[in-house]
Amino acid sequence: MSILKKIITAVRGGAREVGEEIIDANSTRIFEQEIRDAENHLTKAKRDLTEVMAKQMQASRELARVKGEIKEHEGYVAQALSQNNEALALEVAEKIAQLEVELQEQTTSHSSYEKAALRLKDLIKKSERQLADYQRQLSMVKTTDSVQKATAAITDSFTSSNSSLLSAKESLERIKQKQAMFDDKLAAAEQLQAESGDQSLKDKLKEAGIGQQQSSANAVLERLKNKG
Amino acid sequence: MNIHKIATYLNGLTDQSDTGLIFDCVPIAGEVDVLRVDIQGREEIPVFVSVTGDQILCISYLWGEEEVIEGKKAEMMEAMLEMNIPMPLSSFARIEHKYVIFGALSEHSTLADIEHEVSVLSDNSLEVITEMADYLK
Repeated sequence: MSILKKIITAVRGGAREVGEEIIDANSTRIFEQEIRDAENHLTKAKRDLTEVMAKQMQASRELARVKGEIKEHEGYVAQALSQNNEALALEVAEKIAQLEVELQEQTTSHSSYEKAALRLKDLIKKSERQLADYQRQLSMVKTTDSVQKATAAITDSFTSSNSSLLSAKESLERIKQKQAMFDDKLAAAEQLQAESGDQSLKDKLKEAGIGQQQSSANAVLERLKNKG
Repeated sequence: MNIHKIATYLNGLTDQSDTGLIFDCVPIAGEVDVLRVDIQGREEIPVFVSVTGDQILCISYLWGEEEVIEGKKAEMMEAMLEMNIPMPLSSFARIEHKYVIFGALSEHSTLADIEHEVSVLSDNSLEVITEMADYLK
């Protein structure tokens, strides 16, 4: 069963006890161990590949050397024959025969290294894909698990506050009211600002002795004296 | 990224946030670190932020199963599915018996990205409740 299917089954089951985990911690740990093993295998395969490729390079150098030597000795045979030195030519030909056996061996080992390198490269590619898939699945398990734990914490905090008692509509209504209140306050503040601006103008006018003057006690006394 | 960094950043914005929203973050105790982000004037619908593995999850709870008007659930769910893509950054989901909207960010997101996500999620949640009111008690 795929991990996603397991998660869906567990979530839909619904009959979970509080605190019961969707995927038990032990299987997560086993999964993590599998991923670590796969990573180790991958590292080893990469090391093997390096080694095989080095051997392959070595073999192809050997191959070139043997081929060169064969060519060189073939030249010697021709030279010996041109001097009619049949015995020497035969000796060189024996050397060439030996070299040809070596060439055969080197060709075989070179191609086997080549095949091994291809196989390892293929294996590494497959393992990397497998590993990425494991990691994605583990991430799903871990996310499900931590979302579940986070939900538990959130639910607890909801229960301890009053907000859990409100329905979505009531919450929205309250928020709208607060927004309206805020807008009203803003409007009131603006109005106040405008009025106080008006007031400061009046103050300036009064200071300059323009407009309606407030009656002071002295002015009243003066007026009464004048009456008398 | 961890929730304490996010809390310090959002609280430190005061009224300097890009969207003008004022955040008040409180970490919630539990097995997993969760941050409750209250937004001034919208305290009834907080945003919960948690950092889980390689992603940052921001969740707002919309309504419970019991708030859905009987017989309208299928229609409501269809409306949610259809609204899912047009709704910027957030998606619908259900956690246990509650419908939620959520946004998931990479763990490598910047603090400004998270601020943006939380603001959009909060705006979306208010809009969704307004739009879906016909299906709710």
